[in-house]
Amino acid sequence: MSHDSLVEVRDLCVSFATHQVIKNVCLDIRPGETVGLVGESGSGKTTIGRSILGIGPANSGRILFEGGDIANVAPRDRVGDAARIQAVFQDPYTSLNPSMTIEDILTEPMVARHIATRDEARLKVRELLDQVSLPADAAHRYPREFSGGQRQRVAIARALALSPRLIVCDEPVSALDLTTQATVMDLFIEIQERTGVAYLFVSHDLAVVRHISHRVAVMRGGEIVEFGDCDQVTARPEHPYTRRLLLAAPVADPIRQAKRRQDFLTLDARS
Amino acid sequence: MTDASPQTNATASQGPQRRSMVKSVLKSPLGALSVLLILAVVLTALFAPLIAANDPAAIQIFRVNAAPGDGYLLGGDGSGRDIFSRLVYGARNTLLGTLIAVGVAAIVGVSAGLAAGYHGRKLEVGASWLFDALMALPAMIVLLAFYQALGASIHLSMVVFGVMLSPGFFRLTRTLVKGVKNELYVDAARVSGLSNLRIISRHILRVVRAPVVIQTSIVAGIALVIQAGLEFLGLGDPGTPTWGGVLQSAFENMYVSPQAVIWPGLAISITVASFVLLANSIRDQLQHGGPPARLPKLPERRSVFDRQAEADVLLSLRGVKIGYPGTSGWREVVHGVDLDVRRGEVLGLVGESGSGKSQTAFAVLGLLGTGGHVLDGSILFDGEELLGKSDEEMHGLRGKRIAYVPQEPMSNLDPSFRIGSQLVEPLMTAQGMSRREARAHALDMLGRVGLPDPKRTFNAYPHEISGGMAQRVLIAGAVATYPDLLIADEPTTALDVTVQAEILELLRELQAEFGMTIVMVTHNFGVVADICDSVAVMRQGEIVEQNKVTDLFANPTHDYTKNLLAAVLDDVEVRRYSPPKFAPQEAAQ
Repeated sequence: MSHDSLVEVRDLCVSFATHQVIKNVCLDIRPGETVGLVGESGSGKTTIGRSILGIGPANSGRILFEGGDIANVAPRDRVGDAARIQAVFQDPYTSLNPSMTIEDILTEPMVARHIATRDEARLKVRELLDQVSLPADAAHRYPREFSGGQRQRVAIARALALSPRLIVCDEPVSALDLTTQATVMDLFIEIQERTGVAYLFVSHDLAVVRHISHRVAVMRGGEIVEFGDCDQVTARPEHPYTRRLLLAAPVADPIRQAKRRQDFLTLDARS
Repeated sequence: MTDASPQTNATASQGPQRRSMVKSVLKSPLGALSVLLILAVVLTALFAPLIAANDPAAIQIFRVNAAPGDGYLLGGDGSGRDIFSRLVYGARNTLLGTLIAVGVAAIVGVSAGLAAGYHGRKLEVGASWLFDALMALPAMIVLLAFYQALGASIHLSMVVFGVMLSPGFFRLTRTLVKGVKNELYVDAARVSGLSNLRIISRHILRVVRAPVVIQTSIVAGIALVIQAGLEFLGLGDPGTPTWGGVLQSAFENMYVSPQAVIWPGLAISITVASFVLLANSIRDQLQHGGPPARLPKLPERRSVFDRQAEADVLLSLRGVKIGYPGTSGWREVVHGVDLDVRRGEVLGLVGESGSGKSQTAFAVLGLLGTGGHVLDGSILFDGEELLGKSDEEMHGLRGKRIAYVPQEPMSNLDPSFRIGSQLVEPLMTAQGMSRREARAHALDMLGRVGLPDPKRTFNAYPHEISGGMAQRVLIAGAVATYPDLLIADEPTTALDVTVQAEILELLRELQAEFGMTIVMVTHNFGVVADICDSVAVMRQGEIVEQNKVTDLFANPTHDYTKNLLAAVLDDVEVRRYSPPKFAPQEAAQ
């Protein structure tokens, strides 16, 4: 593994009760890079994100962030840049507390981390809203007054409040409509190019992962079966499982889809 | 990905929740009345010296059991004291006792419930044992025992009673906290570095607040009754006037002045009723957002269609408008849809959330959500008008000729019945098969939809099979009656992509084998490209474009369709990595 990585996951194992859900996973993310983590339900992709965030366990192995081991360290016990690792979750309807105003939601991380007083934090809210292209008057409104895409922008603004070096994005566009999905993805890319933040981008959708990632890891049954450059993994996969995953996703073109379907059936028949 | 239900949309623009909550409770007649009565009792207790005409302890020997009047508004009691003044001062002591019991119960129960629910594990097990044991204790006997040990203080008894009442608060709070502690916003707060105490006070307490207020109101009623009961038994301090005490004294002189029992009885029952009614009123507001709005009158269906569809059109919609009752009349969500589905074709009904695609499909099934109505238009199925058919007629059609495959396979199987019985029952009622025939046919179908061991699936409970298998089971059930029309509402959205490919393949095979017509509701253009022959694009309750699939993908004419297709992420350029040239912190400042 390269020494210039921001995060290095080494031989991570996670078990719930007697069930091992993560088996010896190794992964690294460089500064300003997006690593896509793709897999089907139950593959363990979300669990890895939660271990990195410190809200899920790590039974063995190490999670190095800028060289320091942060495995099993709760978020509030983390220091330095590790304390600023942030998350954007899948469901914009449950990831924002319905009884808090947008301003309360956005100031909370800054106040909790003591990087700003409540008044300073309020001033920063306008800037954060601007970064995610929401109007300034959004601050005094409640989450239910916004659409799914706008709520996800609020969630992104909350993640940006601490100027993080890493954001774990857990299926952040899966609950959104097609057109909203595209604009939110563009926002993620624009923020990365501007601030140099790195993403661990967890998704079940290979097309979404291909759009945003520099490198892609494919998970199945708690293991990474393939990890490499985005173009190679998503266009010319080596592992049979990745190939199956790729061919299973229908393309929005009837003629090409007919061929892809045949390829999928052939692959299935062979295995 | 499902269309947001109209109910949630309707409440989306309300102001701050709490203020509207208090307001709506006060607006409901029951809530307003109970608040008014409780307020009256509280004010009486606060200003007792101003209201009471006499000293509650003053004895006028010639007024023993006196009739009302002459300075004693409600008459005199057995010792010649003013019943009215004793009741007024009694309100003070009675409310204080109630307050103590409720306060202790709420503080003990809620804090233990918060801790146990949030931390879980050993703490929860231990606390649950403790509170279950408390619940098992007979309150009255415990109170009598404490009375013996601690003496005649009703306040002390109420502290003990408060502890006895705390399990109700504990169980309520623990359940609520367990429900909310895995919400993503609690995770987000943890990631932001909030301490557990702050998460509980900022995020979790808000959720618990309203139910605890309801519980408090109910418990206040119970505490008041028990307290009055204790005093009635003579367990209070005989020196202080209380409602229970007044009732006891009146009861002793029942044969001399029977009417004296009425007043303390009224005071107790009205106050208790107010507490309970207030609780009910708050609960109603929480659950339904107020009393159900009266349904707006159904408009006349203006356009009466007397028409026939072309012979090869199985399903034909004209000018279909669908509405839901709103605050001011009907709120239309589908505005006049025209659609023809030809026999044996697979039609994709595609659009984003809120476009009305599912509503249109449900209208054909006659299964619109609560309150939903087809306001206008015509739906012809095989030449037969579906609108205006009775529920019974529609039920017969749905069981046989029109079938349905839902989005969430698991939630459409009853977890408490074996899969076999859920397939056999409909075949017996709808098709009139015998149990043996139905069983054989169901097993056939389970094999037909590609389940490797039909018998085993037949005997399994829903939780024993995967989501993909559950969807195969539902498809087996849907096609078991060889329907003419299959309506599939996002049938693969909840499934993994590899399972989706298999289910689509299965639908394609079944469609070819049985010559079914399929209406496929979806948001996914890949699915449309895969299985559909023609496609209708919906936006905001209207069909903007309808065409053969190959033509629509090759030449989309409507701007909205073009936008949707442009948003599809197939074949994008991949990004090239270059390390950031600056420290991220600086850039973000």
